[in-house]
Amino acid sequence: MKNTSQSRLPLYTFVVFTFLMWAFPADAHLNSTGMGPFYDGLIHFLMSPEDIVPVLALSLLAGLRGANYGRRALFTLPVAWLVGGLGGLSAMNAKPHPFVAAAWFLLLGGLLAADAKVSLRVTTALAALLGLYHGYLNGIGMGQFDTAAVALLGLMFAVFVLIALAAAFVIRLRAQWSRIAVRVAGSWIAASGLLMLGWAIRTR
Amino acid sequence: MNTPRQNVLSRGMLLTVILFVCAQTAFAHPQKGEAVGFLTGFRHPISGLDHVLAMVAVGLWGAQLGAPAIWVLPVAFPMVMAFGGMLGLMGVPLPGTEYGIALSAILLGAVVLFEVRPPLGLAAALVGFFAIFHGHAHGTELPPGQSALLYSMGFVIATGCLHALGIGIGTVHRWAWGQRALRAAGALVAAGGAFFLWKAIA
Repeated sequence: MKNTSQSRLPLYTFVVFTFLMWAFPADAHLNSTGMGPFYDGLIHFLMSPEDIVPVLALSLLAGLRGANYGRRALFTLPVAWLVGGLGGLSAMNAKPHPFVAAAWFLLLGGLLAADAKVSLRVTTALAALLGLYHGYLNGIGMGQFDTAAVALLGLMFAVFVLIALAAAFVIRLRAQWSRIAVRVAGSWIAASGLLMLGWAIRTR
Repeated sequence: MNTPRQNVLSRGMLLTVILFVCAQTAFAHPQKGEAVGFLTGFRHPISGLDHVLAMVAVGLWGAQLGAPAIWVLPVAFPMVMAFGGMLGLMGVPLPGTEYGIALSAILLGAVVLFEVRPPLGLAAALVGFFAIFHGHAHGTELPPGQSALLYSMGFVIATGCLHALGIGIGTVHRWAWGQRALRAAGALVAAGGAFFLWKAIA
C-alpha cells in the first residue's frame, strides 16, 4: 500500500529536476568566481602537484612512524608554510629551482621507500624546512595582492587537511601488504625525482 | 507494495540524480601543458609492446618468487629505470639499447618459464640491469616542452601499474593450473622478446 508521501515523490522530483536543469553560465576561471582569497589559496595548493607530492610523501612517512610523528608534522608543516609564505610576500621575482624540487622528491620518496627510522627531531626539521621553502615560493609574487595573507591561510588550511588525512590513513594500517604499498608509493615519488633531476640537467 | 529496501534504493537513486544534476562551477583550465605532460608520460611505457612485456614479466616473476621478491622487484625496477631515464635525459650514451630491451623480455620470460629462483639480490640485480636499458630508451625519446614533474609521475605510475598487472596475473600461482599458465605466459614473453631482438638485428 502506498502512503501519501510516496505518491508525491515523483511530483517533487519533477519540480526539483526542472529547477536544476535551468543552468547558469559556468564561470570557469578562478578570478571571476568570487570564491575569495581563502579558497584561491586552497585551490592553488590543490592544483600544484609540485607542492602536493612532497607534502604527501612527508605525511606518509610520518604516518608510517606513528601517531606522534603524524601529530608533529600536522602542526609543524602548515605553520612553517605560513611563515615561509609571509616571508616570500616581500620578494617579487624568484624562480623555484628545479634541482631543489627534484631533491625533495628524491629525499622524501627515498626515506619513505626505505621505511627509514627517522627520529622525531629529523621529522620536525624536514617538515619545517619543506614548509618554509614551499611556503616562501608560494608567497613570492603574492605580495602585490592586498588579500595575500588570507590566501596563505587557505594554503595552510589545505596543507593541514592533506597531512591530517594522509597521515591518519597510514597510522591505522596494520596489514603488512598495506604498509608495503605505502613504501611502493615512496619509491614512485623517488623515481619521479630522479627523472626530474635528469630533466633539470638537460634543460639547464 | 514496495519493501523498505526498495524504498531506500529509489530514494538513493533520486538523491544521486539530484546531486549529479546540481552542477558546480567548472575549473576547466589546467595550468598550461600539465594534463598533456601527465598523459604523455603515462602513455609512454605502455606504447611499446617490448617495454610492456618486460614490465609485466617482472610482476609475474615477483609473484612466482613470493615475498619479499613480490615487492622488491617492482620497487627496484622503476627506481633503476628512472636512473636510466636520467642518464638518457643527460645525454649519456648507452650502446645497444634496443638489444638490451629485447634481451630483457627474453631473459625475464625465460626465468618465468623455468620458475628460476635465484637469491633475492641476484634477481634484483638482473631486473635492475635491464631496467637501465628501458629507462634510457624512454629518457632519450622524451618529447621536448613537456611538464617535467607531471611527465615523470605519469611515466613512473604507468610502469608501476604494469608491474601491478603482472603481480595481479601472478596471483594464479597458488593453483596448479595457474602455475602452468604462468609458465606459458613466460614462454610468450620470451617469444615476444625473440621477435623484437630479430627486428632489432634485421
